[in-house]
Amino acid sequence: MRERLALSRPKEASSGKTGSWRTFRPVVDKEACNACGLCAQYCPDAAIDEELNIDLDYCKGCGICANECPKQAIAMVREER
Amino acid sequence: MSGNRIAKLSLQLMTIIEERSVNNLSAIPKEEYLYKCTSACAGCSSSLCLRYVLKAAGPDSVLVVPACCTSVIQGMYPGTAMNVPVYNIAFAAAAACASGMSDAFATLGRETNVIVYAGDGGTVDIGIQALSGAFERGTNFLYICYDNEAYGNTGMQRSGSTPLGARTTTTPGGKPTAKKDLDRIVEAHNPPYMATACSAYPLDLYKKVKKALSIEGPKFIHILAPCPPGWRYPTEKTVEMGKLAVKTAQWILYEREFGKLTINGPSKAAMKKPAPLEDYIKSQGRFKNLSPEIFDLMRQQVEQNIQRLSREEAGVC
Ligand SMILES: Cc1ncc(C[n+]2csc(CCOP(=O)(O)OP(=O)(O)O)c2C)c(N)n1
Ligand code: SF4
Ligand code: SF4
Ligand code: SF4
Ligand SMILES: [Mg+2]
Repeated sequence: MRERLALSRPKEASSGKTGSWRTFRPVVDKEACNACGLCAQYCPDAAIDEELNIDLDYCKGCGICANECPKQAIAMVREER
Repeated sequence: MSGNRIAKLSLQLMTIIEERSVNNLSAIPKEEYLYKCTSACAGCSSSLCLRYVLKAAGPDSVLVVPACCTSVIQGMYPGTAMNVPVYNIAFAAAAACASGMSDAFATLGRETNVIVYAGDGGTVDIGIQALSGAFERGTNFLYICYDNEAYGNTGMQRSGSTPLGARTTTTPGGKPTAKKDLDRIVEAHNPPYMATACSAYPLDLYKKVKKALSIEGPKFIHILAPCPPGWRYPTEKTVEMGKLAVKTAQWILYEREFGKLTINGPSKAAMKKPAPLEDYIKSQGRFKNLSPEIFDLMRQQVEQNIQRLSREEAGVC
């Protein structure tokens, strides 16, 4: 069917893999983490899943998760590229 | 115990249970309607807000978005990070478009949520007449203004919502006039529901969107949305900045349902004993070298807002 409207469709990576923007990567110390879930709650990019794994393809490295973690269990480590 | 007292107690209990359930993370739907591939800046609080707005609204919702950062963060045509239908519309037209949409859905007998998600420039400046018209007509929709206090998308020019003293690209010496009081303009339309929110309190925002969408008629939510490049602070401080705005009572969280004002928890404490305003001002580059006179004016404004809302809540206006 010919479309008369410019329609965009939902798609992963519509802005590319935004993880490539990162200069610092969040690294979780699973020992120190108490699984409170605050990091996932505050991630603007929903890059932290229920099991608290961080999707580095899309994490922009903003550092909010590390800043808000009550256990200081997340370190922001410089990316080496 | 009298029946009346039992009824009162059970109402209190129900409210407590309801509050617990939304303060509990597990009560929030796991689905994400905003894919993790937006082109928003790192640390963008408006994207954080949008995640929770869409979780509360669910899949049977349409967003109407005037020109703003949210038009751009969707990504590049023909793909989009948004997993609900979005109508991108001209700057001045969001609320008018939503009016037509809302009527069309009603005619079809559909309960689809119509939500405008607009920036502060698109709301307090260029979209205000359409907003006023839709509220006057009693359109059944929810208008959300996320307020990053400038024209973010085009490089941080001042908007009517930029606060006094803030430096933007068009007010390099600091804005000489005060922030336009959007909430009092909306209040003058007597909507059935209006609220303020802040990105640092996403569960509070979730609860407010849910409540708003359960009410018929025009609803309004004004979200303070700190913006790292615009406010000039490091990206990791986005949530901290929102909390500081509330703790200093620079931003007050409240709801007004059918005219009755309720100040929300975090602001109740802040209004009794606000944190020093300096903490908020000093952590943002846009307020660099603020003069003591302007700072005093800002402090007076905070005090006036506290007084006005306290009086209203106590029923002495
Ligand atoms: C009529 C018109 N004038 C100007 C523009 C350019 N423009 C696009 S977005 C924008 C800024 C919007 O600011 P705001 O509503 O605060 O949203 P933000 O970008 O901060 O999210 C401007 C000026 C436009 N698209 N249309
Ligand atoms: S915020 Fe910290 S303690 Fe809580 S789940 Fe995340 S890493 Fe673990
Ligand atoms: S650094 Fe930012 S984008 Fe990455 S996981 Fe943490 S909060 Fe999310
Ligand atoms: S300019 Fe501000 S509001 Fe716009 S995408 Fe960037 S952080 Fe978000
Ligand atoms: Mg703006």
